[in-house]
Amino acid sequence: MENTSKRYWKGVEELRNDATFVKNANSEFANPDLSESSNDLDGLLGGSNTQRRDFLKVMGFGMAAVSLAACEAPVHKAIPYINKPEFTFPSISDYYASTYSENGDYAAVLVETREGRPIKIEGNPQSSITKGGTTARVQASVLSLYDIDKLKGPKRGETDIDWSTADREVVNQLNAAAAKGAGIRIVTSTILSPATKAVVADFVAKYPTARHIMYDANSVFGLVQANQTSFGKAVVPSYDFSKAETIVSVGADFLGTWVAPLEFMNAYAKGRKIGAVGNGKKTMSRHYQFETGLSMTGANADYRTPIKPSQEGLVVAALYNKVAAKLGGTAVGTPSVTVEHLDKAAADLAKSRGKALVVSGSNDPNVQVIVNALNNLLGSYGSTIDINTPVNYRQGNDQQMNAFINEAKAGQVGAVLFFGANPVYDHPRGAELAEALPKIALSVSFADRADETASLSKFITPAPHYLECWNDAEPKQGYYSLTQPAITLIFKTRQFQSSLLTWAGKPADYQVYLKNFWRTTRYPQATGFSSFEAFWVQSLNDGVFEPNKAAAATGGASFAGNVAQAAAGIAQRYKPTTGMELSLYESVGVGTGAFANNPWLQELPDPVSKACWDNYAALSQKTANDMKLAQNDLVTVTVNGKSVELPVLIQPGQADNTVSIAVGYGREKAGKSANGVGKNAYPFASVTNGTVNFASFTATVAKASGRHEIAQTQTHDTVMGRRAVLQESKLASYQKNPKAGRYEPKVQTSVGPTDPTDITLWNGYGKPNHSWGMVIDLNSCVGCGTCVVACNAENNIQVVGRQEVLNRREMHWMRIDRYYSSDAEAEDFSGLEVASANPEITFQPMLCQHCSNAPCETVCPVLATTHSTEGLNQMTYNRCVGTRYCANNCPYKVRRFNWFKYHDNDNYDYHFNNDLGKMVINPDVTVRSRGVIEKCSFCVQRIQETKLTAKKERRRLAPDEVQTACSQACPTDAITFGDMNNPESTISKILVEELEGRAFHVLEEINVRPQISYLTKIRNKDEEAKHNENARQETNA
Amino acid sequence: MLINSKNIVHKMSRFYKLCVAIVLSLTLLVSSSQVKAQDAAAGGAPAADAAAPAGGGDVEKGKSLFTNNCAQCHAVTAEKVVGPGLKGIEERAPSKDWLHKWIRNSSALIASGDAYANQVFNANGKVQMSSFPNLSDADIDGILAYVDQASKPAAVASVAGADNTKNAGGAGGAGPSTGGPSELFTFVLVALLIVMLLVLGVLLAIVTILSKAVTPATADGTLAASSFGQRLKTGLSDAFNNPTLRSIVIWLFLLVVTKATIDGAYSVGVQQGYAPKQPIAYSHKLHAGQYKIDCNYCHTGAQKGKSATIPSANICMNCHGVIKKESPEIQKIYTAIEKNQPIEWVRVHNLPDLAYFNHAQHVNVGNVACQTCHGEIEKMEVVEQRSSLTMGWCIDCHRRTEVNTKDNAYYDKLVALHKKESKDALKVANIGGLECSKCHY
Repeated sequence: MENTSKRYWKGVEELRNDATFVKNANSEFANPDLSESSNDLDGLLGGSNTQRRDFLKVMGFGMAAVSLAACEAPVHKAIPYINKPEFTFPSISDYYASTYSENGDYAAVLVETREGRPIKIEGNPQSSITKGGTTARVQASVLSLYDIDKLKGPKRGETDIDWSTADREVVNQLNAAAAKGAGIRIVTSTILSPATKAVVADFVAKYPTARHIMYDANSVFGLVQANQTSFGKAVVPSYDFSKAETIVSVGADFLGTWVAPLEFMNAYAKGRKIGAVGNGKKTMSRHYQFETGLSMTGANADYRTPIKPSQEGLVVAALYNKVAAKLGGTAVGTPSVTVEHLDKAAADLAKSRGKALVVSGSNDPNVQVIVNALNNLLGSYGSTIDINTPVNYRQGNDQQMNAFINEAKAGQVGAVLFFGANPVYDHPRGAELAEALPKIALSVSFADRADETASLSKFITPAPHYLECWNDAEPKQGYYSLTQPAITLIFKTRQFQSSLLTWAGKPADYQVYLKNFWRTTRYPQATGFSSFEAFWVQSLNDGVFEPNKAAAATGGASFAGNVAQAAAGIAQRYKPTTGMELSLYESVGVGTGAFANNPWLQELPDPVSKACWDNYAALSQKTANDMKLAQNDLVTVTVNGKSVELPVLIQPGQADNTVSIAVGYGREKAGKSANGVGKNAYPFASVTNGTVNFASFTATVAKASGRHEIAQTQTHDTVMGRRAVLQESKLASYQKNPKAGRYEPKVQTSVGPTDPTDITLWNGYGKPNHSWGMVIDLNSCVGCGTCVVACNAENNIQVVGRQEVLNRREMHWMRIDRYYSSDAEAEDFSGLEVASANPEITFQPMLCQHCSNAPCETVCPVLATTHSTEGLNQMTYNRCVGTRYCANNCPYKVRRFNWFKYHDNDNYDYHFNNDLGKMVINPDVTVRSRGVIEKCSFCVQRIQETKLTAKKERRRLAPDEVQTACSQACPTDAITFGDMNNPESTISKILVEELEGRAFHVLEEINVRPQISYLTKIRNKDEEAKHNENARQETNA
Repeated sequence: MLINSKNIVHKMSRFYKLCVAIVLSLTLLVSSSQVKAQDAAAGGAPAADAAAPAGGGDVEKGKSLFTNNCAQCHAVTAEKVVGPGLKGIEERAPSKDWLHKWIRNSSALIASGDAYANQVFNANGKVQMSSFPNLSDADIDGILAYVDQASKPAAVASVAGADNTKNAGGAGGAGPSTGGPSELFTFVLVALLIVMLLVLGVLLAIVTILSKAVTPATADGTLAASSFGQRLKTGLSDAFNNPTLRSIVIWLFLLVVTKATIDGAYSVGVQQGYAPKQPIAYSHKLHAGQYKIDCNYCHTGAQKGKSATIPSANICMNCHGVIKKESPEIQKIYTAIEKNQPIEWVRVHNLPDLAYFNHAQHVNVGNVACQTCHGEIEKMEVVEQRSSLTMGWCIDCHRRTEVNTKDNAYYDKLVALHKKESKDALKVANIGGLECSKCHY
């Protein structure tokens, strides 16, 4: 059955064939170890402890309840509007263009509202920056709007006050501070809004001792400083990954968390698309990644090298030297470093001069100066990097923030305002600030909850969620975007800008302010509008205004950095170590911790480790073996005298003798979903030479007593030993034969080997009208998980929490399978050993395949799952009696069982357990109850709705008119959905070409004829695999 | 012993007859229910060919424009509703051009100082008429032509005739609801039959017992000696002790109870006939029946989306801003608006959350009359749920109803495919109308 010489495995457990893994792999609904589970009814109903009398009691009570309930039907009310808005109809969605700009992350969005409440966020295709894509965090942001843990109004300490009291007292104290000449500090995260900055300027004009300080929890200030010294511009430039033929990233997780992942993902995928999805292109970019922990970006790299944090600067310098040697630059003197693929990367960079791009995630200005020099040498400025069109995503200034904390400690600050900032939690010196904060006479937080910083502040004047706000944004110079409210204020909150204007003694209406601001700043840039009003309405309608779009990228930049000085700095800082080193990283889901109370993000598995609801100490297998540690063992990680206890996660690809820990966890005052989840790793960060440093070269890891199980989804639902699940090849083979890597199974019959599709028991279903199908390009999928959250939002998927994930009962209809693999033969055990240290990774989105010969349908005893004439495998919840035969018989393991009624259940106290949280429910999709199976429906509610629109307009469906939640949300367009019966649809066009190329069905040999095709994964790797393998072994030996 | 066995044989023959009677009655029951099904099928047929429109033209268009735009305030007769009756309007008005201007924007005409315009305005209590800037000259002429035609007695008759056919179509479409009485009738008939048979059986038994009691067996003297009372007693106790009789009674009882339970279980949650008291005594009979206000005027969502929508208070105010302001019921709307508290109507038609129903699909695309599901709403003082709204009811209709494919390009491909395969009309069931995920997701 093996299709390639490769062997794939979902986790280390599978490679090792652990006893528990083998046991669980064979039972889809494994009996979980219930010792930890406190909320399980099994003990009462199904377990061996059930007493006959208890059973009868429950039964009797049930009967009584049912008969009582049946006596009288409840009276339902129908409550119409008093004054219905003319163009809003109940049950019909309205879309408003708006902008997501939180902590510097940006996305132009469309907000879907029903009867005035936002229920879903989509990308705005009009934006040339985000191009209709979204990220998991953008998708999940709608749930934060309905967070029950938010404050309902302003507070002084623990007391609720009204806004007039708050205004009076704050203004009095601001005046007192100003009179004394004491400093007033406004501490915020990155602010993308020019109008908000104007408001801050107005405030500063009123209180001249005020100063605005921005900082980012995951800072790139080192890059900004380096650009200041190299080009005289303290900015972050625009990067265009689509133009790069060779991409080298040293520790930058640019697809997940670095600067502007949404923009980068799309551009990166563009460079990786080949064949029908890449406009017939047969070439793709080559991506090298040098990093410590296995990031999502590293997982997508063609060549990935694990390095220790102490090697980071040296690797950059060595790369510079090697490229300089080829292209004629001056070498710098840094200690030599030997890591794999460095020469190859340098050679490829030099070869693709002018179409190369080097990025580094380091926050050390010296490293970034060398990177700038390297890019300058490669001619990247003006091609893949545009420093003349800077981006504003990260404007944090670590030096100013550091100075502020010093001032605060010295008692020089008279008043401080925190907006979008929680430095007590997410700044390395948060503990020092926490001590200094009570000494400051006036401290005000605009946080929407009494978080770590706000709870220490004198006043909390909560600002609303962005979906309740007016605002604008300038993510990139010359690209503007508007935020408009999609719902009226839910609680007694007030926008930050309105509060500042009030306190500055100006009219507080920020909407008016914003409009006037656009009248004076943006309207002069616009052409072709008769009046400002027309321009304003058009801009609100579009959501974006991009006068700079037409302007071509302007030339290069003259590099004036001092390379020798930077190299000296590197030589001084980066010295080889033998001990343990630590690397902190931002997780793709929860991020810096600002959205930690969002249960969708908490339950979204990490793209690589597939762990959720926790952070952990990631160690390599070798390091764990050396320390005699196993998965889930608790360890104490100590850095600079601070320590936390975390469970161990064995992460293939992790550099030996390093430990990686995600920040953003360990919140104490964020709310029900976040509090006590994981441990806070920010105290491990430090401020080194004025920039925040997420690495430490002197960490210790010691075994602690006990274990803490990490909830991972990766080993659930394995492929049951079937191997033709993934099909992949290398670029050179693909160029010779588009079918390279395809596995075409044959079945032996009396007439010789035939295709499995040629023999069948079934008559098949006609699909006369539509045939809904999907193509998923494994080359474009970067594994970000946006589709998973989009599916959660669209289909009312329940959050089940850590314990239920441990019980293998997660409810996600869509999962992204992450496979490790190696070039080694399955029998080559020593080769596999090496491979598991740094495996290749493939992401495969897996959802119901809507088989035409669906195995689930034939085993359902009550016909709850049936086939439609449009190729859909239908699931009828009200008919399901919960035998779970279908799930057992599903070869793709995509059916989910509702073990409990997860809504209105105090054991699952997430958004479905309160009326506010329930406002996010999509009214077109049933909320499933206990005892039924559910699965991907291909968003049948959207299919039906779009068909109805066409019927109402008396026309056929336009090609690609129907989009599922996942295909619409995907930032890289990896998922194409459409009608395979319509030759004009994109999916038909792709399949026409790729059916004889890269398109394959998963498990073709069992002839279930799925409606979903995958396109083979093509790696841009050189062919001499065996040679490399040996080389790798040598290096490791 | 001998006598006993003789007796048994004797009784057996009686009960054999009884059994035959029961079997007969059951056969009748089954066949009558088949008849019922055929009735329903026949009832459905007229629905299909009911809605053939009469010839088009200005008048036809004018009629629909009139119903949608004018009928809320004007009658075609001389009777005043909100605005004056329109009978003879063309003769009254200064010119056709004047009418065009007035209908498009009456306030502008009044403001321009037009004498007749001001006269009409003042004569009608200075109530502003809505403007219809979208109506073209041809549209207005169509309306006027319709008014002219409709206001003439003969024309009124023909219009009424058209209305009648429409109503007939609606009633025909409401197969199950017209089937209602006949179903009841069959049920009563069958119930009567069963009761009569039971009575017959009991009477037969009594006759047997009594006849034994009155005419003692002459062959054997011992029995003759016993009294009438004793013989009756023996006869009764024989009947009670007879295992066949006992088991038949028990089985009958069980069958009846099972049937009742199943029927009961099926009717759980079915609220057919539900007619709750509403917070405002709104009469559809008055508005939709007497004044013939188009359903879509108030239920604005029916053509557009899933929900037909209960009208918001501002829609009521379009007319009740001037009409019957003093009525205590209408004052309730005023109170609601003043207090900014919405009116809490009681929902009559409740589908469970697991079933998705979309009005636009049926009303707009399918061109199904409101009455098909809601019954003769224009005759209801208080709205009641006429149809059972069960899944069987939905499926029945989907099996029976032809798809409204006329002038709808969406269906072209399906129609062509269907014509290749079958000569029958294209029914909803033929294009996936019975598939689960059409309604459940």
